[in-house]
Amino acid sequence: MNTEKFALEVKELQAFYGKSHILQGVNVNVREGEIVALLGRNGAGRSTLAKAIMGMVDTKGDVIWRGKNIAGMKAYEVAHLGIGYVPESRDIFPKLTVEQNLMLGEKGGKKKGRWSFDDMYKMFPRLRERQHTEAGVLSGGEQQMLTLCRTLMGDPDLILIDEPTEGLAPAIVQLVAEYLRELKRRGISVVLIEQKLAIAMQISDRVYVMGDRRIVFEGTPAELKADANIRKEWLEV
Amino acid sequence: MSVLNGVSYGLLLFMLSAGLTLIFSMMGVLNFAHASFYMLGAYFAYQVSSWSNFWVGLLIAPILVALLGGLFERYVLRKTHKFGHVPELLVTFGLSFVILEIVQLIWGRTSVDYPVPPSMSGSLFKVFDSTFQMYRGFMMLVAILMLVCLFLILKKTRIGLVIQAALTHPDTTEALGHNVPRVFAIVFAAGCALAGLAGVIGGNAFITEPGMAQSVGAIIFVVIVVGGMGSLAGALVASLLIGLMQTFAVGLDWSFAGGLARLGMDITAETPGYSLLKLKLSQVAPILPFLLLVVMLVVRPKGIMGTRDD
Repeated sequence: MNTEKFALEVKELQAFYGKSHILQGVNVNVREGEIVALLGRNGAGRSTLAKAIMGMVDTKGDVIWRGKNIAGMKAYEVAHLGIGYVPESRDIFPKLTVEQNLMLGEKGGKKKGRWSFDDMYKMFPRLRERQHTEAGVLSGGEQQMLTLCRTLMGDPDLILIDEPTEGLAPAIVQLVAEYLRELKRRGISVVLIEQKLAIAMQISDRVYVMGDRRIVFEGTPAELKADANIRKEWLEV
Repeated sequence: MSVLNGVSYGLLLFMLSAGLTLIFSMMGVLNFAHASFYMLGAYFAYQVSSWSNFWVGLLIAPILVALLGGLFERYVLRKTHKFGHVPELLVTFGLSFVILEIVQLIWGRTSVDYPVPPSMSGSLFKVFDSTFQMYRGFMMLVAILMLVCLFLILKKTRIGLVIQAALTHPDTTEALGHNVPRVFAIVFAAGCALAGLAGVIGGNAFITEPGMAQSVGAIIFVVIVVGGMGSLAGALVASLLIGLMQTFAVGLDWSFAGGLARLGMDITAETPGYSLLKLKLSQVAPILPFLLLVVMLVVRPKGIMGTRDD
């Protein structure tokens, strides 16, 4: 019997898009201040898991966040409880400026978040240079930084990041990795959905592998490295 | 003079089409009942002003219409939304009939006597021998004030920023912690309030009768298609264009027959198609907007300022 306290516990979660059954009983735990990588091929259900936690798809099962069952809540309610979501598609608001995009990340409550515009601009100076530019004209890498920063402006305690390094140059991938480590240092838990094995192994504390709509492996990066069968069956293309 | 009359009519159309185009961006379907809210605004204003005076009606009628719109969004549209676009479209279509029937039940099938307030009747100024009605000037003033408010709210406030974001990317906006369903209800209610306000000031400038929703409804659909679906700036341009076009056409006696005769052609009653050629522009004025619609759809389907690629 596992009695350890987790920040986030996903129990027997099922998810549906209309009539199709995308998640079939998924169990995932995240500790406070931990980076957990969610690996797997495209279509394994990883993005759906993030959306299911956020309440953006219909689900069955439990999602316990700091002792409270948040399954079935609306996305904006989940966000207000401290879970941030960085969508895969670099879903910026293209007609609004960089600064306005960041403003939309703020939730507008009384509580002042731990992050300021200046923190974001210090982390990514490119965004400061372009703060009055329409976000739609930014490069792919800059848009990715903007989506990360925008979610951070809402001051989440756990952040779900979907494929942050997809299509980015290696130098920028390293920048994103460094950024995620910085979040961890500040006590934020990270669920990283990633395709690039190398970066996931480099920064995560623990790793889950998803295949065929369920979890097929759970362990440390070292354990995954040692398990050639899992890698061969569920990860390598 | 026609220019001013055209502009005032155009601005009235914009008050209607602004709400409709915002609601279209939000729902992804046209709200067929939008012009019905315009009609309700006129009837509410008639009723309230018969109890007290026009100014109270001007204030209360748009609020009542907004409330009805908000309730409809909250308890009907939002529940229909998950079944897709066709049911949403049908439910607004149905609502337009329900409102029409209710209006006829309460206020009868003929027009009601909803006059321009005495302090506003009369002419504002005269140019040569044509007068510009004071009430037309008042309509323009109200419409321009509304336009400025709308612009300031959308561009300069936080709620405006959230609205802009939610219109194009509802899921992302909600995941960032914004109550998007509530934003949609506000947008719908505000759009209805604008339609109601247009009804208050349009109902007595023109005529308050059960057919008013249908007649103006067709025109505002033309406006937002010509302007570009979902584009406020496009709606403004198209509203003014159609307002001017309608007003000028009514006052002009041009016909093809006259034009051809001037070119030296001999046009008589025996010329083939004479009955068509002799039609004056003023006689075909009511169909001009629809002609424009057809031409627009052929030449530039996304409208003057439309951004949709599909």
